[in-house]
Amino acid sequence: MGRITLDKVRKAFGDVEVIPPLDLTIEDGEFVVFVGPSGCGKSTLLRLIAGLEDVSDGQIRIDRQDATNLPPAKRGLAMVFQSYALYPHMSVRKNIAFPMKMAGLSQEEQERRIEAAAKALNLTDYLDRKPGQLSGGQRQRVAIGRAIVREPAAFLFDEPLSNLDAALRVGMRLEISELHKRLATTMVYVTHDQVEAMTMADKIVVLRAGHIEQVGSPLELYNTPRNVFVAGFIGSPKMNLITGPEAEKHGATTIGIRPEHLEVSTGSGEWKGVIGVSEHLGSDTFFHVNIEGFGEPLTVRASGEVSLTYGDTIWLTPNASNLHRFDAEGLRIAD
Amino acid sequence: MATKHSRMSARLMISPAVLLLLGWMLIPLSMTLYFSFLRYNLLMPGMEEFTGLTNYRYFLTDPAFFAALWNTIALVLGVLAVTVVGGILLALLLDQPFFGQGIVRILVIAPFFVMPTVSALVWKNMFMNPVNGLFAHAAKALGLQPFDFLSSAPLASIIGIVSWQWLPFATLILLTALQSLDQEQLEASEMDGAPWIKRFWYIMLPHLARSITVVILIQTIFLLSVFAEILVTTNGGPGTASTNLTYLIYMQSLLQFDVGGGSAGGVVAIILANIVAIFLMRMIGKNLDA
Repeated sequence: MGRITLDKVRKAFGDVEVIPPLDLTIEDGEFVVFVGPSGCGKSTLLRLIAGLEDVSDGQIRIDRQDATNLPPAKRGLAMVFQSYALYPHMSVRKNIAFPMKMAGLSQEEQERRIEAAAKALNLTDYLDRKPGQLSGGQRQRVAIGRAIVREPAAFLFDEPLSNLDAALRVGMRLEISELHKRLATTMVYVTHDQVEAMTMADKIVVLRAGHIEQVGSPLELYNTPRNVFVAGFIGSPKMNLITGPEAEKHGATTIGIRPEHLEVSTGSGEWKGVIGVSEHLGSDTFFHVNIEGFGEPLTVRASGEVSLTYGDTIWLTPNASNLHRFDAEGLRIAD
Repeated sequence: MATKHSRMSARLMISPAVLLLLGWMLIPLSMTLYFSFLRYNLLMPGMEEFTGLTNYRYFLTDPAFFAALWNTIALVLGVLAVTVVGGILLALLLDQPFFGQGIVRILVIAPFFVMPTVSALVWKNMFMNPVNGLFAHAAKALGLQPFDFLSSAPLASIIGIVSWQWLPFATLILLTALQSLDQEQLEASEMDGAPWIKRFWYIMLPHLARSITVVILIQTIFLLSVFAEILVTTNGGPGTASTNLTYLIYMQSLLQFDVGGGSAGGVVAIILANIVAIFLMRMIGKNLDA
């Protein structure tokens, strides 16, 4: 069981308030991702839950029990660190056994759980190696193995994939998602990469400067961002945000339209522009289109291969039902 | 990449230094070797003659030699034990955040900059003196009999003085090692449920192993040749209770004017030091690889 409740949790380092009072509930078995730009307090929030930082104010409850002042080891949580934090002088086996040894489990039980974890994570052949002899992805798996064997109430991940190369990252992302499906344990995952957030999460928490900007499922955030920040942060490539007279036409201060919701035509449309840079990905082509009167070029997605190049004139039409409107405070205007 | 040409010129340019070093080492060494086979007493100048291994026989059968050998070992091991254990404890203490950290760290390093003769004099006259010393005053204030450190426990006292000098060195090296420990490892072990003492034992101590090796290696080299502290405080006495090999050789050659015997002792000391060095390198030098 791993239901984590934050009740008006506040964190200040000296005079600097990193996290203003914040409420959040993480349901049992949920995969929750904290996402936000660097320095938004997402790692601090995770460390508060882990108990590695003291809460300045408020209460943390794990399974309805007050855990605010419990030491990290007593909270029943396991953490995977960004640097993996493996013990370099111990073999993989000893690394994985360490938390069980500290908990005083019997030798047979330790062996059983190590074998099970090693099998689940494809580490069986590496059990007697030292972390220094492993690749980044293998180290990552050892760190996860060390977390699994404790059978924690919840897993905490602190940007676990940021030290891996792009291909490995996609693989590990899948493995962690599968692990979550299999164990059905609560997982709290911190990342600055919104793609990771979108692909893995049951629930995304978007943070900025310690504030929760929005909480919701990936598609909720994608379809109905609560404000300009979330709109710009979620989705890849970024949503086009347009201000000025064009926005006022739609009765808003800012309007947003995703690259995939713009229709491309060479003949006619609402906005006329000139193609700048184009990025060909094979399945998609992204054009950066300069439109007169718009401050920034718009990003547009065209499916497949399109035979347009630099300097060509292009017509764009926003898909009206996917147009997002925001008021002067940056908040979403309901349709 | 070094071409043949540049390698040639590199060798050419480095050769003066190499030759100087070689001369610096080889000339005294060969002279010592040469003297050790002579009957050479400064009181009888011009009477030198070749005596074969007589000097060695006298030196190695001298009861003072075994006492000195034992004292040397006790001194080295004693100081190593105190400085390594004390250094770890001090490093752990100094690693904690506290007010005035910078100043305290400088103060801790300070004894290392005091010359051995000076610190030995300070210890002898201001601390260990049975009449005027601080320890004597403290003992009297507690109603105890003052303890005459340098005559009742000469070797232990010298171990104390030398340890005081080398503790900063050990502390400094171990402190930097401790600070290079990845904080996430400590946090991970904390999450894994290890209390402080186990974190120290399973995480910190293995991390310090390499630095401890360095401390032991460097200190052993210097501790084998402790001299000034003994000369200033006990003069090797009472009897031979605080004479180490270095001091015995000094006595032989400069107090008894027996240059031949002293040189033989010197050669024996060189051989012993090399045996120790080989063992140290074999046993713990492995830690320095990888």
